[in-house]
Amino acid sequence: MTFTDIKQLLINKFGEEVIVGEELNGLQPALHILPERIVDVCRELRDNPQTYFDFLNCLSGVDYGLDAGRFGVVYHFTSMPYRLQLTLKVSVAHDRSTEELPEFPSVSSVYRTADWHEREAYDLVGIFFTGHPDLRRILLPDDWEGYPLRKDYKAAEYYKGIKVD
Amino acid sequence: MTVQNTKYEEALHRYNQKIAHAATEDMVLNMGPQHPSTHGVLRLELITDGEIIKEVIPHAGYLHRCFEKHAESLTYQQTIPFTDRMDYLSSMNNSHVWVMGVERMMGIDKEIPKRVEYIRVLVCELNRIASHLISIGTYGIDIGAFTPFLWCFRDREHIMGMLEWASGSRMLYNYIWIGGLFYDLPVGFEERCREFVEYFKPKMTELNELLTSNQIFISRTANVGVLPLDVAINYGCSGPMLRGSGIKWDLRRIDGYSVYPELDFDIPCGTGAVGTVGDCWDRHKVRVDEIGESLKIIEQCLDRLQKELKRTPDFDPRAKMPRKLTPKAQDYYMRGEGSKGELGFYFITDGKSEVPFRCKARGPSFNNLSVVSEISKGIMIADLIAIIGSIDFVLGELDR
Repeated sequence: MTFTDIKQLLINKFGEEVIVGEELNGLQPALHILPERIVDVCRELRDNPQTYFDFLNCLSGVDYGLDAGRFGVVYHFTSMPYRLQLTLKVSVAHDRSTEELPEFPSVSSVYRTADWHEREAYDLVGIFFTGHPDLRRILLPDDWEGYPLRKDYKAAEYYKGIKVD
Repeated sequence: MTVQNTKYEEALHRYNQKIAHAATEDMVLNMGPQHPSTHGVLRLELITDGEIIKEVIPHAGYLHRCFEKHAESLTYQQTIPFTDRMDYLSSMNNSHVWVMGVERMMGIDKEIPKRVEYIRVLVCELNRIASHLISIGTYGIDIGAFTPFLWCFRDREHIMGMLEWASGSRMLYNYIWIGGLFYDLPVGFEERCREFVEYFKPKMTELNELLTSNQIFISRTANVGVLPLDVAINYGCSGPMLRGSGIKWDLRRIDGYSVYPELDFDIPCGTGAVGTVGDCWDRHKVRVDEIGESLKIIEQCLDRLQKELKRTPDFDPRAKMPRKLTPKAQDYYMRGEGSKGELGFYFITDGKSEVPFRCKARGPSFNNLSVVSEISKGIMIADLIAIIGSIDFVLGELDR
């Protein structure tokens, strides 16, 4: 199964609109998926006997920078039976306010790996995953303010009244 | 800068409620962060009913050192010492994966001299043995066997000494560089390494007699913490954790990076020889067998390094090092088999600067530990010690 076959498979199953773009310039091609359909797409790719993408290697939350004004999530899958790799991306435009975080559906019901990775993305990049069973901060303390991997993050001067050098 | 929206606090509120409720109904027990058998600063919050565990809630992050944030402000070469500090028990493997990722993005991965590649694999496998020795030794101590710990550290010391000789430091080597190596191996390294292999083989047999086939050890580990294969895959477990559940999945074979395709070695996997496939004993056994396979790889590397890839006076391991490291704009996910499992680095580069735009590290321990609450429901507290020992995580990599 090649990259174009997988793309065609998704179009046949979900229609043209599910794929909003693709990246072919790098060493690893990637598909941009409509954020609302990412859970269906993941479940289809995992359960379809032609693909069996059963292993979620990595899930990364990305802040695309101040100019782009976008937040995204990148998924890396492996199909163990077929030894394939696939990259999927979702992204939304966002004005980087901390009152309304960018939101994506959680894929933790499909891949349990995503549970902790989504908590990490929430913790460090400030992305909210709807439908996640337990979206607490994971690496930073629960009372931490701000999301350190955002490009506009400024290190706090004080932490609990103690000056940070 | 406070978050106003209450839905972001819901999960925390739910968690607090659960703990408050459990404190009246059951017992809440904190294991760690200073508990010796949590192998670092991991805190496990246990909700227990007497000796029986109802739920395990892991709390990570005590050793968070902002690896990803640092990587976004340092050049690729400068980040190598930071990767060493991720899984500090197998620093060579970490920097190897990082370096390969950058080399592939730069398109110079085919130009690396064979001798450099073989030295990289040699030191990585030595480091893998050292890491597995710690895992086996501390696992013995968790279960109540003290002697294997001392034996493992005695033998690991030889590896530390050799790697110190090559790189100048004992644990955090900064030896593998982008496009080459810090230095060539010191003169006489190959001979000393061969001596070590000869010395170490019988020691491994002794260790197996003392620990692996010990009836007390088997009673504590067989049929304990059984991790079925489908659960392991769904939770993203990798390395000995995944292979213990009975699948021959090793990225050294699957991806065939570096010179691994030229080397002959087997992939041990769990068979359930004394219990069920995927129990703690299987995971331990996979590590023990992997040491044997690593020794095989080391011997083959030494053969090549002493014959056709012999050191020459004019050999410069830094010859292929790029002057300026600016990969073109792309995304790349590099994965490799660290000693704990699949270690991955995801790079986003913008093609203009010498620092990555975004770098995400996928540590094997992070995923391997996330399965602990799944496989430790309804077990005894003493068995939890056996389970977390068999996972073999390193907090430096879990928290990054």
